Amino acid sequence: MQLNALLFQGLIPGQDALSWIFQIIFTLLFIVFVFYGQRIQMYIMVREIEGSLLRLKFIRDEGRKIAIETIKEIGKPKTDPAERVDQFLEYVTIPPESMDPAGVVWKLEHILDVRETRFKDEVKLIAPAADETNVNNLENTLEAAAALNIIYKVIRHFYILGKKTLSLYIIMQIQMILPLIMREAEAYASALKAFSHGQPIGDGAGALVAAKLMHRHRKKKIEKDCVVAKVPLEGRTAFVIKAEGPGGNVGKPGEAIKRIVEENDGKIATIIMIDAALKLEGEKPGEVAEGVGAAIGGPGTEQYKIEESILKYKIPLNAIIIKEDIGDAVSPMRKEVFEACEVAADRVKRVIKEKTKEGDSVIVAGIGNSIGVGQ
Amino acid sequence: MLLVSETVSGLGNKMKRNARARKFSSIVLIVIVVVLALSLTALYQAYELFLMNDPTMGYYLLIGFIGLILSTYMLLQTRRRVQKFTLETKPVTTTIICPSCDFKEVRNFERGDYILKELGPCTKCEGIMMISAIYREIPEKRKEEKVFT
Repeated sequence: MQLNALLFQGLIPGQDALSWIFQIIFTLLFIVFVFYGQRIQMYIMVREIEGSLLRLKFIRDEGRKIAIETIKEIGKPKTDPAERVDQFLEYVTIPPESMDPAGVVWKLEHILDVRETRFKDEVKLIAPAADETNVNNLENTLEAAAALNIIYKVIRHFYILGKKTLSLYIIMQIQMILPLIMREAEAYASALKAFSHGQPIGDGAGALVAAKLMHRHRKKKIEKDCVVAKVPLEGRTAFVIKAEGPGGNVGKPGEAIKRIVEENDGKIATIIMIDAALKLEGEKPGEVAEGVGAAIGGPGTEQYKIEESILKYKIPLNAIIIKEDIGDAVSPMRKEVFEACEVAADRVKRVIKEKTKEGDSVIVAGIGNSIGVGQ
Repeated sequence: MLLVSETVSGLGNKMKRNARARKFSSIVLIVIVVVLALSLTALYQAYELFLMNDPTMGYYLLIGFIGLILSTYMLLQTRRRVQKFTLETKPVTTTIICPSCDFKEVRNFERGDYILKELGPCTKCEGIMMISAIYREIPEKRKEEKVFT
């Protein structure tokens, strides 16, 4: 009886006008939220995406502006490079068909080679006064600007599609991954500035370790954009490889390792690869870790070549990684990562001492973008 | 240091909004005004009940304040805020050393600098100056996550 009275009191308002007004409002709100709750939620998400999209547009436009200004400053073009830069930002690379995966590595490598040659030719045309180092840096700058352009366009695509179709699922997907995308875009914005100034980036940690080891030793060019130096290290002969700097290069370390292995008839006691690796949240930037396997990123073609070479001669493959996050990897090198290179160089010497005998030959490959790193 | 800024409103003008978005905004505005008006009425009612020493005054006061806070919050959300977008360049330093006499010089990064670049004779001795380091320093965060180390 008491419960009925309470329910009755809750549903039927009192005698005054205000109670009636509140009762009607609450009932209306209830109905609105039952039928339009999802739509209201969607509009809130759309607004959130809109805000991020404005920021992405700003970053994209700034990236384009920085690229054009750098080209004008370094390349001294006779005409305005803006139109050519806009064309560059829209370039597409179509990966090879992989329905029949046999030989897809070589097909992919060929396409990537063609792409790189085309990019470099394009940069030489846009910036005729740029030397080889600056051509590489400008190419990297334009690639970062192109990445920002594609990020903006993809998010804009889903934003417009979501609004057009009023699909909560399209909007929700993009809203959920937005923080990660924004982080990546900010990282590319930092990269763009580093590339345009020719500053060493976090990804170049491996190249820096190799540079320190091969400094003041005779170097020779090996394969595409790579250099090698024969360095006496702890009584062993170390073939130290890195991408040629100080221009923005990653070279073809896989090809270089393969060639040195073949030239020495497979008589290589061990291969040590040093590279920057993505850290997990909670790990400190600049932490050095050891392991086995090919420490190399990228599309996978170089890793494949290295793995093929070592398998043929059963050469042990050691890895030393320097941990950093995606933002640090493409931003100007931070102090912790720089200092970690010294630690990594000591680890290389220790691994050589522990895993090989005096008189052996070893390969030390510093992987990464050599921008701002000489040799 | 490169510091570029642009207001959202400036960008917003470039980015044309469609009629649907504008319609939604006006509906929200009406809702806000209605809620605000009702909250004020509730507060007035609470005041009158307070004069009459009626204990139900508390409910009206509560409803009035909740409505007031909600409408103010919604109004702040709807308002086009003037935000500044920036792409800040963090300072990068170049360290130059003379391996012969250990003379060290630290300066801001200049275009053309690279690690292991030889810069010419040392000002203190006959040695060759060389760029030994290029990096950016990040000030340590005040609040570090120390629980899960």
